[in-house]
Amino acid sequence: MSEVFTVAVLVAVVASAIRLAVPLLLASLGETFGQRSGVLNLGVDGIMLLGAFTGYYAVLKTGNVWVGLLAGLVIGLFLGLASAVIAVTLKAEQGISGIGIYLFGLGMSDLLFQKLVGTPIPIDTFPQVDVPILSSIPYIGEMFFQHSMVIYLAFAAVPLAMFVINRTTFGMNIRAVGEYPEAADTLGVSVAGVRYATQLIGGSLAGGAGAVLAISLGIFQQNLTNGAGFIAIALVYFGAWRPMGVMAGALLFGFINALVLELKTLEIIPRDLSNLAAMAPAIITILVLAFAAGRFKAPAALTKPFTRGK
Amino acid sequence: MSIDLSKRQRRFLAYSIPVLAVFAALVFGALMLILLGADPIEGYSEMFLGAFGSGDALIATILKATPLLFVGIGIVIAFRANVINIGAEGQLVLGGLFATMAALYLPEMPAIVMIPLVLIAGTIGGAIWGWIPGVLKAYYSVNEILSTIMLNIVAVQLMAYLLRGPLIDPAEIERGTRIPQTARLAESADLPLLFGSDRFHIGPLLAVLCAIGAYYLLWRTPLGFRLRAVGLSEHAARYAGIPVRRTITLALTMSGALAGLGGAVLVFGGESHRMVTDGSTLGFTGGAGFNGIVAALLGGLHPLWTIPASFLFGGLIVGGQALQRAVQVPSALIVALNGLVVIFVVAADRYRATLLAEDGRDMVADADDEGGGEASAASSGVEPAPRGTDSFRPTGTYDTGDDR
Amino acid sequence: MKNVTTKMAILFAVVALIAAACSSSDDSGSDDGGFRVAVVAPSASNDLAFTQSIVDALNKLESDGVVSEVAVTDGTFVVDDAAVAIRDYASDGYDLVIAHGSQYGGPLQEIAPDFPETSFAWGTSADTFGLDNVYSYEAASDEGGRVMGIMAAALSQTNTVGIVGPIEVGDAKLYVDGFKAGVLVQNPSADVPVNYIDSFSDVALASEAASSLIGAGADVLSGTAQMVVGAVGVAKTDGVLWFGTQANQTSLAPEIVVASQVYHWEGILEEMVTNVKDGKLGGELYVINFANDGLVIEYNDGFDLPDDVRQLGDDAVARFKSEG
Repeated sequence: MSEVFTVAVLVAVVASAIRLAVPLLLASLGETFGQRSGVLNLGVDGIMLLGAFTGYYAVLKTGNVWVGLLAGLVIGLFLGLASAVIAVTLKAEQGISGIGIYLFGLGMSDLLFQKLVGTPIPIDTFPQVDVPILSSIPYIGEMFFQHSMVIYLAFAAVPLAMFVINRTTFGMNIRAVGEYPEAADTLGVSVAGVRYATQLIGGSLAGGAGAVLAISLGIFQQNLTNGAGFIAIALVYFGAWRPMGVMAGALLFGFINALVLELKTLEIIPRDLSNLAAMAPAIITILVLAFAAGRFKAPAALTKPFTRGK
Repeated sequence: MSIDLSKRQRRFLAYSIPVLAVFAALVFGALMLILLGADPIEGYSEMFLGAFGSGDALIATILKATPLLFVGIGIVIAFRANVINIGAEGQLVLGGLFATMAALYLPEMPAIVMIPLVLIAGTIGGAIWGWIPGVLKAYYSVNEILSTIMLNIVAVQLMAYLLRGPLIDPAEIERGTRIPQTARLAESADLPLLFGSDRFHIGPLLAVLCAIGAYYLLWRTPLGFRLRAVGLSEHAARYAGIPVRRTITLALTMSGALAGLGGAVLVFGGESHRMVTDGSTLGFTGGAGFNGIVAALLGGLHPLWTIPASFLFGGLIVGGQALQRAVQVPSALIVALNGLVVIFVVAADRYRATLLAEDGRDMVADADDEGGGEASAASSGVEPAPRGTDSFRPTGTYDTGDDR
Repeated sequence: MKNVTTKMAILFAVVALIAAACSSSDDSGSDDGGFRVAVVAPSASNDLAFTQSIVDALNKLESDGVVSEVAVTDGTFVVDDAAVAIRDYASDGYDLVIAHGSQYGGPLQEIAPDFPETSFAWGTSADTFGLDNVYSYEAASDEGGRVMGIMAAALSQTNTVGIVGPIEVGDAKLYVDGFKAGVLVQNPSADVPVNYIDSFSDVALASEAASSLIGAGADVLSGTAQMVVGAVGVAKTDGVLWFGTQANQTSLAPEIVVASQVYHWEGILEEMVTNVKDGKLGGELYVINFANDGLVIEYNDGFDLPDDVRQLGDDAVARFKSEG
């Protein structure tokens, strides 16, 4: 095959990368809020799975994809609250409690699916929305402007997150609580309150990310996310706790996955080596980090519960 | 609270808290069983019997606990040096792969040579998979949670590649079925069986020896002192002239090595005596890489307490499977229940730490007593952080760049 | 102090509960002459694929009264856990214990000799290890693959038919190879890109693989294993035709599913049960194929399949039937 990098292939890969990136992006953005305030939630994947099931089930029952998305966001909100109780109030070790949340979500979503649905029934998916004018630009339109509404919304959330974190009082409190909780507390900022808020944001975005995944695929299945939540956490580190960086990471991850897939379809990657190719996203993430991460520092209070007077 | 309790009572209560947390999770599970239309009393009695009710059940539980214990000891060592090793899943896989390759490529040798060789190979495999995030963390400031998650992904693909390609059973090629598994590995590498059982091998014994070794290492050797000093305060350790980066790398390497040994035991102590993959890490490890972390926590991050904790957790898993068979609930319930146990144990951990901290002592100081005088230098030199009340991570762990 | 008292009270309550639970257990073996079957399988019993095919078959045997009890342990993707389950079912006195996964062969080989009175079945595989209490069974899934490949080639306008696979092994490989051969029989110049996504579980990747195949020009797709539900969704959105396997996948997308190859294990399982009742515990290989009605092409009545294409499919099936 000689026509490896035809424009059409590139266009298809970019469009596919964007689709693959969106659930990661939403979940990572949510996790960014949490980590900037000093809370690591390793249970993102579990929340995504329950969000995915809830979103799927809501669409199945109502036929309305937006109700499904809302349902995912709401269940995520509740799980975010639970995460906050565990991590903030009970001051549990965050690296481990998250694994519990993950396992709970993994098992519970599958259990609910088997009991309430059983055999997979397809649901409606988000309709494609072509952006007027822009979508008719050759190539560019197909790559960027022929997606479903949630994809545009997800990317619109990036500048919004930047604005909230960098320009609002709430954002300032988040950063303060994540870096110097003692100082923030002295200044009258409720450390627990801010952390509860970021966990609620993070939980609902993770739940929403799961719902987006399920409703985009039009189906639910056991372990639908296949570990996407863990990758989303990795992307927060990758993106150096900044929404733009997180977005770049999600897109890069999506792009490499889409590219490997396309190269397999075109039979450029020999089938015997396809497993080695599938390692690429993980290895590239590590390498990029090894060269870049030293320049950025994690929020100083990350994973540290706060106790007044300590 | 509990001001009028004696130290002994407080300790008893402290150690019973994780157990209470497990019970609390099981009560939650009972509610779920009722919702599923199953009788929780029947379910749990089947679960209990399935885990501890017979000789066979006990053996199954101990064998299930073995990889948890290997992983758990590694977690304890890493935690003491203030490092979270989420990568045990991948390290188990690498250990299994290295051990398998040793058995496939080494010439036929007597068991007395073969068994140590495959176990060492597994240990090396896991050590490499621990060393990489160690170096990345110590020298390149790459967070270990991130790098180990990524390395788990790499490990699973490496396993699939090797078992589908270079290591595959030639008979699978011949038949054309191409199941990604090796041939039956050399019988001389089978772990010796004990007590005339047809399954109970020396793996659990090895794991217990490792736990004792880890205890000795952490509290009786200069290296153990360095590990704990780094864990308590990197800055203080650095000023005291301890090579912080090398110590962090070593902690993760040892943690990985123990998981790798666990992987080798999984291969050569398993019923199939070969390595097989379903294309996921869980298919090989059964989640031991995660559950081992919980066992370590359940054991108060103490190598010796991790032994009964692993046993209890192994029983929970084996019993869960018996419960599924007996009352025919979906296996997903067991996964969810496992998650609840983790959440409850971790969430209750703070209370245990609080109880112990009322003596002005935590598990670190606690073990220092047992460990002898040398360790008290650590507690006076650097302020001990009561576990759970503040953090496992007294200083910014990301901050290793300033002595470059 | 109150806090502590409460905790102690809870501890005692729970201990009492456990003790009560243990004493109330009866565990009466229940060997009342009925025929009890247990199956251990890797994925969920409603996966619309491999595991569901055997569970459905056993449930049918139970409702037909051929067997008296069916016990299922599903989701057992850890081989050593499966080993524990197989051993436990055998020691619980089940008459037939089915290890429904090629990867379970290793442990079964070690367990079966310990229970000479129990009959075991292992699939999909062609090997009984020379043990006389082990049956093996497999599906000639390449037959159905070939039949549907022929129809797919006839339906394709672009001369491109794509296939989504999980990991290139066992039953999946057999099906994919058969399907590809079928397409090429009907149209030697056709392009048949195959995308193995190296996962049995990644639904999102399966769906992107389908997109990628459609991008490469495919207007008919097929795929195997439980993660293809994602690919079917993409096929539905893009109006591309789909051929399913392992279970009837019409319900996933009634508009575009042309036909599915469905596994019917009932026939061979019933034979096995009869044999076991007669005292023959194993040593034989069973294959489901078109000739013994173990494989059936189930057409989607809602899909307007041209008669000539249907004829091609029926002819191919008839050929397999006559060859035996």
